[in-house]
Order: sequence, then C-alpha cells, then structure tokens
Amino acid sequence: MAILKPILYIVVYPGLIFLLIYATFCEWVDRKLYARMQNRYGPLHTGRAGILQPVADIIKLLAKEDIVPEKADKGWFSALPVFALAVVATAALYLPVWHYDATKISFNSFPGDLIVVAYLLSLPTLIFFLAGWHSTNFFSTIGGVRVLTMLFGYEVPLFLALLSPAILADSWRILDIAQFFQANPLLLPANTIGFFIAVIALQAKLERVPFDIPHAETEIVGGALTEYSGKKLAFFRLLTDIEMVVGSGLIAAVFLGGFPGGLWWGLFHFVWKTLLIIFLLAAMRAAMSRIRIDQMINFSWRYLAPLGVLQILIAIVLKGTLK
Amino acid sequence: MEVFKIPIGPQHPALHEPISLRMTLEGEIIKDADLRLGYNHRGVEKLAESKTYIQNLYLTERICGICSFSHSTCYTQGVEKLMELQVPKRGLYVRTLVCELERVHSHLLWLGVAGQEAGFESFFMYTWRDREVVMDILEIISGNRVHYAMNTMGGVRRDIDEQQKKKILDSLDLLRKRTEYYLNIGASEPTFVARITGVGKLPRQQAIDLCAVGPTLRASGVAMDVRKDDPYAVYDEVPFDVCTADSCDVLGRVVVRVKELLQSYKIIEFLLKNLPEGPVKVKAPRKVKEGEVFSRYEAPRGENVHYIKSNGTDKPERLKVRAPTLANYPATIAMLKNGFIADIPLIFAAIDPCICCAERLVQLDDSRNGSSRLVRFSELRRLAIDRHKKTGKIKKDSAWPF
Repeated sequence: MAILKPILYIVVYPGLIFLLIYATFCEWVDRKLYARMQNRYGPLHTGRAGILQPVADIIKLLAKEDIVPEKADKGWFSALPVFALAVVATAALYLPVWHYDATKISFNSFPGDLIVVAYLLSLPTLIFFLAGWHSTNFFSTIGGVRVLTMLFGYEVPLFLALLSPAILADSWRILDIAQFFQANPLLLPANTIGFFIAVIALQAKLERVPFDIPHAETEIVGGALTEYSGKKLAFFRLLTDIEMVVGSGLIAAVFLGGFPGGLWWGLFHFVWKTLLIIFLLAAMRAAMSRIRIDQMINFSWRYLAPLGVLQILIAIVLKGTLK
Repeated sequence: MEVFKIPIGPQHPALHEPISLRMTLEGEIIKDADLRLGYNHRGVEKLAESKTYIQNLYLTERICGICSFSHSTCYTQGVEKLMELQVPKRGLYVRTLVCELERVHSHLLWLGVAGQEAGFESFFMYTWRDREVVMDILEIISGNRVHYAMNTMGGVRRDIDEQQKKKILDSLDLLRKRTEYYLNIGASEPTFVARITGVGKLPRQQAIDLCAVGPTLRASGVAMDVRKDDPYAVYDEVPFDVCTADSCDVLGRVVVRVKELLQSYKIIEFLLKNLPEGPVKVKAPRKVKEGEVFSRYEAPRGENVHYIKSNGTDKPERLKVRAPTLANYPATIAMLKNGFIADIPLIFAAIDPCICCAERLVQLDDSRNGSSRLVRFSELRRLAIDRHKKTGKIKKDSAWPF
C-alpha cells in the first residue's frame, strides 16, 4: 500500500489520467462560457452538449500530418512539446488535492513547494520562446520574443501576489498555507487584491485575451507556434489546458483556502474552486480586446506591481497587529 | 537593431482576400511599407464590353459581395443618364432605401471586422448577430441577402407594400438601440479604446493630398460625401448630416461609421414615411445613344466611380470601375509607417478594404530602367510548365500537367 499510493497519486489521481480528463473538461467549460457570453452556443455535437469536443480536437490533431520545417532545429523542435507537457504535469502533483499526512514531509508536499510550482509554471513560457526561436520563422521569432517580453511583465506581480498569503501563514508550503486559511477563514479577504492580481497574471501566462499578444493571429499568424502542426501542436494544446488547471488550482489553494476534506470532499472543493477561477478568466476574455505589448508591460509595471507591493504591506501590517 | 522584412499576405489570417503588404520592421516598429496588388484580377471590365447593358447589370452587381448594390446603382445611374431616362420618384425612393440598408449592413459588418482584428471577439459576435436583422430586411425587400438584383434601367424591379414597410420600421428600432450600445462600447471599452486611439494617424491635409475617400477621409475632419456634394437618386430631398471626426485615427473611423449608421436609420425612416405613390420603373430602350458618362456614388467605403462609354449599340464600348478601396491605398501606406506590428491589421482594416473590387490589370515598371513588360497568358503557362519540368516532378501520363 505504501508503494501503491504514490503510484496511484502520480498516474491516476491527481496525476496524469485525472489531469488529462479534467483539463479537457475545463477547456470545454471555458469554451462554453466564452461562447454563451458572446451569444453563441459553443460546442454542441460531440458528446452531451459538446463535452467531448476538446478530446475530439486533440485526437484529430494527433492524426494530422506532422511537419518539421527544413531549416528548423529538428531535435529541439520535437523535444520541446514533450518537455513542456511534462513540466506542467509535474507541477500538478504539488497541488494539495488529496494530501498525505500534513505533519509529515513527502515527495509532493514540502516547505518551499510554492516556489517549485511557481518555477515549473514559468518554464512553459521559456519553452514557448525556444519553440519560436528554433522554428526559424519570422512570425515565430517575433512571437517568441513577445512571449519573453510579456514574462517580464506579469511574473513579478504574480510572485508578489503569491508572497502575501505565504507571509500571513508563515510558510512556503502550499498545504500549510491552505490549512492556515482553513483554520482562519476570516483572514481570506485580506488577500483580495493579491487574488485578482494572480488571476490577471494567470490570464497573461495562458496567453488569452487581452494578453494573447504572443499569438495574435491577425498580426503574427500563430506566434511562436506558427510552424507547429499535428502531434506536436496537440501537445502544446494539452499543455495550455493543463496549465490552466494547475494555475487556477494553485490560486485556489493559496487564496481560496485549499481543498479540505480528504479524497472526495477535496475533489469537490478542487472542482468548484478551479471552475470559479476559470469563470473569471472566461469573463475577462469575453469583455476585453487584445492590447499591445507596450501597453501590457506598462499596465503590469504601473498598476499590477505596485498593487502587489501594497498587498504585501497589508499582509505584513496585518501579521504585526495580529501578534 | 536589425532591420528585417516580413510579408503580410498574400495569405494571412488578417486578410480576407489576397494582397501583399511587405513590411520593413525594426523590432516591433514599421519603418517602411510596400503594397502589391494583382493576385485577384478577374477581367470584369473586359467582360463588360462583350455583354449587353442589361447583362452588365448582373455583372456589375457581382464586382463586390458587400457593396453589390453600390456598383450596380452606380452603373445603372450612368446608363440611365446616357439613355436620358426619367426614373419615377417611387423607384428612386426604393433604390435609395436599399442603398442605405446596404450601408447599414456594410458598416455593421465592418464594426465586427474591426473588433476581430483588434482581438475583441465578443464585439465581432454581437455586431454580426445584429447584422442579421438588416440582412432579413433586405431579404424581405428583394428576396436575396447579398445580391439584391433590385436595379434595372429606369427604376427598380420590386415594389414595397405596407406590410413590409411596417416590418422594416419595427426592426429599425432594435437596430438603433443596438447601434447606440456599440457607440458606447467602441468609445469607452478601455482595452479597445487603448488599441485604436492615436493609431494610423492621417492628418487632414495629408488625407486630402492622398485622395482618401469615404469614412477614412471624413475621420480626418473633411466633410466630403457624394450624397451631399453631388446628390444622386433622392438624396437632395432627404435630410441628413455628413458625419466627421477630428481625431484622424482608427477611433475616429469607428466613430464616423457608427454615427453614419444612426444617420442611415434616420434616412430609412424618412424614405419609408414619405414614399410617394406611382410606378417604380419605366421602360428602357435596348440601345444607348453614343456618348460617355461619369457616374459617382457614395458607397459605404467611399466614393465609387464608373465611367461608361457607349458607341450606339446595345453593348458598352468601355466600362471603367474605380472602387473606393483603390483610392484609399496611398493613404494606407502613409498610415502604416512608424506604427507597431500590432497596428497593421487595424490600420489596414480601417479603410474597409475590398481587395477584389479594386483589382484591375497591374503593370509593373522596372524602377531601374523604366521599362515595362506585359506577359500574355500563353507565356505564363509556358513558364509554369518549364518550372515544373525543372523540378522533374510531373507524372508522364497525368491528365493535368501541373
């Protein structure tokens, strides 16, 4: 049993299999919400209410012709999608969905895992840049450079926002932070600013409207992924879906009090909290227009970063008064 | 920073028709822009010379898919002038009504495209949903959604009855409400406004110098509109204002178009309420007297011009079409310079380009020695076969050598 549980954890729940199924489900929810907000129906025909449409899309992509450009660096070009998918799937393991004994340190929960998840979630951005760079296409190169430029905009506010609950809970361990807020739910509203900063930064990380600058189709075709097709593109698609789940899971764990109650109640809490964040993301996507890269950097350094600092100040002052 | 060139088109997601924009970039900033036409030549003008005046009605209607009525009206008005026909008042009223409905449908379509190019998909979905209302009105009047086939020499082919009138007026209320909502969004949604203010500057004098037309010109503060300056149909009887904006940028072009929509609703309402009694058309002769005519028309995209020369037979000797898009190309190049890459689709879309309509024969001059060369179709075919022979990939007994 002691060996079986980690294997179950990594492969079935909340590991790979659950992640793949839930990520496609989340994509469906996102698409459906987005469509309804735009007065459309969204996916309808594949499965009940089109619930299988994201799966069908990925299967279709897997079956498509896979082209590697002649001038591209073949090794990098093929390795990057797999690597990126592995990175975000690993990040998912650190979400305290079905946690072990909170007093013990295990492979999926240890002091400092907040930093590890934040780091693992930044890696895909770098991978997108490398993918664009190694495609040697003008549009890909511009897209890749835009990905990196945007990273400097949203990453600092995101880290500042994640820092504040950690200061309040006095721990770098996601599980501890979650349990702290479960014990003191009245302290949750203190992180409101940080929560919204984190949601906006997640939107930027996922490259969705208004931050879909790196793959703005009307400007630079497909951005960093212009040359990708077939299986490799399917991997990147899956990566974005999983990143959405892990990102909203992280925000839910840190800002919304985590997922208490063991296996089943934990799952229930995980689902409704991530869906709430996905709803916010979809609403943001529907209500706004794409902005320019300079406006994005301006926005994040002029508003997001100072607000992040303000959030930390609030946390520090609050912690001082509570003591 | 390194200067490099990227091709926007002939195939690109921002373009709905083939055209080639060659951008010289320095980082994200456009240093120079070049425009190449000629990917969609259809030989409309040559074809018109071999068809009768009546047949050409259907041909001119098919020059454009959006402003189909503009081209057919422009042509019809020219021919009617040559024939010295007196079109009945009711016919002219119905014709003007369809003109304005087409303007409404074209501007709503453009608003959606502007939203899509700016990455504002919700705006696109909403405007295109409401555009269906106008399409339905046009279907009620003419039986068709795109090519209305309403015009004929000496009037229009279909009349409007009381029931149709009532339906149109009812739908108009909805449209007016929605348009006011769009004016509100287009001028106040922060991300959208941030994207379009100050983009694609075209100062007043430059707009006049570069012969811009239509909303592009009016957004630079020049109140020029063929409907007012040289009224055709019944525009001299209809009260309406020419809408302008002073911001000279894409925001101004959005505002001008939305205001024009509101003006169009006013015109449509006036036309329906003051529809005179009588026939809608008179009989036209088959042959046209010798002469030439220059017909102007304010299409949704700007001034549309047809030149018709007749030699006394039932076929025109020459039909020259100058679509409004062609007149706006020089201004586009000026607007693109020193913009961001992110502004390319917006600036280009802001002239409401209809590339196929503007495609005529293109002759390239060699800038080094000034010589020009025309290539016949047979020579093109020979070149293509040569090229494929060189690559050596033709199957011996394939039916089609390419």
